[in-house]
Amino acid sequence: MTNAELELKAIQLRKRLLKVIVDAGAGHTGGGLSCLDILNVLYNRVLRVSPETVADPHRDRYVQSKGHCVEALYTVLSDRGYFPEADLETVCHYQSHYVGHPTRQIPGIEMNTGALGHGLPICVGMALASKMDDAPYRVFTMLGDGELAEGSNWEAGLAASHYQLDNLIAILDYNTLQITGHTRDVMSTEPVAEKWRAFGWNVREVNGHDYAELTAAMADPAVPGQPTFIIAHTIKGKGVSFMENVARWHHGVPSEREFEQAIAELEHREVAS
Amino acid sequence: MSAPAPSMFTPAAKAMAQKLGLTMGRANLEEFADTLMELAEADPDIVAVTSDSRGSGKLAPFGKELPKQIVEVGIAEQNLVGIAAGLAACGKKPFAVSPGCFLTARSLEQIKNDICYSDVPAALVGISSGVSYGALGTTHHSLHDLAVLRAINNLTITVPADNFETREAIRAAALATRPVFVRFGKAAMYGLHRPDTQFEIGKAITVHEGTDIAIIATGETVIHALLAAGELESQGISCRVLSVHTIKPLDAEAILRTGRECGAIITVEEHLVHGGLGEACASTLLQGGEAKPFRIVGIPDEETVTGAQADIFRHYGISMEGLTSTALDLLQRA
Ligand SMILES: [Mg+2]
Repeated sequence: MTNAELELKAIQLRKRLLKVIVDAGAGHTGGGLSCLDILNVLYNRVLRVSPETVADPHRDRYVQSKGHCVEALYTVLSDRGYFPEADLETVCHYQSHYVGHPTRQIPGIEMNTGALGHGLPICVGMALASKMDDAPYRVFTMLGDGELAEGSNWEAGLAASHYQLDNLIAILDYNTLQITGHTRDVMSTEPVAEKWRAFGWNVREVNGHDYAELTAAMADPAVPGQPTFIIAHTIKGKGVSFMENVARWHHGVPSEREFEQAIAELEHREVAS
Repeated sequence: MSAPAPSMFTPAAKAMAQKLGLTMGRANLEEFADTLMELAEADPDIVAVTSDSRGSGKLAPFGKELPKQIVEVGIAEQNLVGIAAGLAACGKKPFAVSPGCFLTARSLEQIKNDICYSDVPAALVGISSGVSYGALGTTHHSLHDLAVLRAINNLTITVPADNFETREAIRAAALATRPVFVRFGKAAMYGLHRPDTQFEIGKAITVHEGTDIAIIATGETVIHALLAAGELESQGISCRVLSVHTIKPLDAEAILRTGRECGAIITVEEHLVHGGLGEACASTLLQGGEAKPFRIVGIPDEETVTGAQADIFRHYGISMEGLTSTALDLLQRA
């Protein structure tokens, strides 16, 4: 798929994501929209995974540490054919398998996440297992910026470089907002690139909505002997003008009118592209 | 010069052990380390994961012998359990080994989510559990672990009493396809079982027959229950002793049978009196319609007295003498 084709798909995925959140009556709209392009590139270009190989021991592993943005993940997995699109209508509904955070009950999801600061340690274990078995698979995780305040990330950061896990790629969805407001006001993480570099990681910085940059950073990240930390600069609420960079949309659910307005905006762009 | 550690057993208790034909074995910790090494030699997917705990876990020989099957994470228990979960999700059989006090408190959320909720076949091994670290104080005691872990879905909890139960519990953990927690201490243990004893996860073992009263015990308190049964027998009182090596799933059938057949029940554990074996038995008995005179012996809900493990046990009546006196007291009320 060309960049233009992926960008068109991203508009369709954003429309579907908003529908999932409205149908569920709950969800993480702002973060879902900010990480959607990253997921789109991961699942359509980077990860060596498919619905046919969910049990292949050599498949790449993706663990979504910022589990609250599960609606974006569900949307992308469904688009990739892991499960029928109709299933998305049941997210968060009574007795649905589609919980409001990732679970392994869903084809293609590797671990149950949702409590923050858990993905990176798990991925260190997975990357170690890959090394122990001399296996070809790589391990990816996506973290939120607010999540970096969890100390367990830094424990895992030490271990990943100690064990020279060059098969481990962490992507930071750096939208600079968290539930309370600006990350810099809640708990500063800057200088985040220098911190991970000092921890022994290969650090890359990209525009998290630029398909060429995302692809280049994620598809060929490896510096031998170093884990990779990709800082993806993103916009919370990306793609819907009135949601962009507004902390209220962290877990705001659009009203009917807001939903229609958002869809109209996205459709306008879909037609234009 | 350090004072010698106080003995866990009075001369009278030692004499009773001899009368019952019991022989002293080694620490369950040493039995664990040797068993794990044997299993790992035969199965390259078994991995020991340590948090600067290979010395306290007696795993230095394992590290020397099987360096590719040990992962050191440093003093970072959350990472210890998260890494173990990742290893288990990718086909390894990790044994995360750390003092019970840290493993089941610092990394509780990782146990709950990464291991139990994600349902990966990892084994969590709480070493030097209960009050094994004695005088080091509450930071180093795990008297909460059975309570918090019982309240988490999808975890088998085993508390072996002697070397035989430890070996069997570790073997079972290696074969398990779901999460397992094993906890034990570091003091030498008497052997409790005949050579033909069968070990099965979820099935309590009767180590002494009797019907006047029963002591339902777990882990390293079972020996004291057995010695008390010997002492009670010499006073004409028959006392059944159950070793409940699996706290979850609990052997409800054996506990209800004991409630039906015995005149009174004492439970004993190296754990707070809240949320452990005692309250699990109380719940089972009461809901099963067996309401007999009942007493929970454990560490009370107070700042634990300072002392070695043996001092703490004696102080709270976890001894042949203490349990005998609790039994006599309870039978007078019966
Ligand atoms: Mg954020």
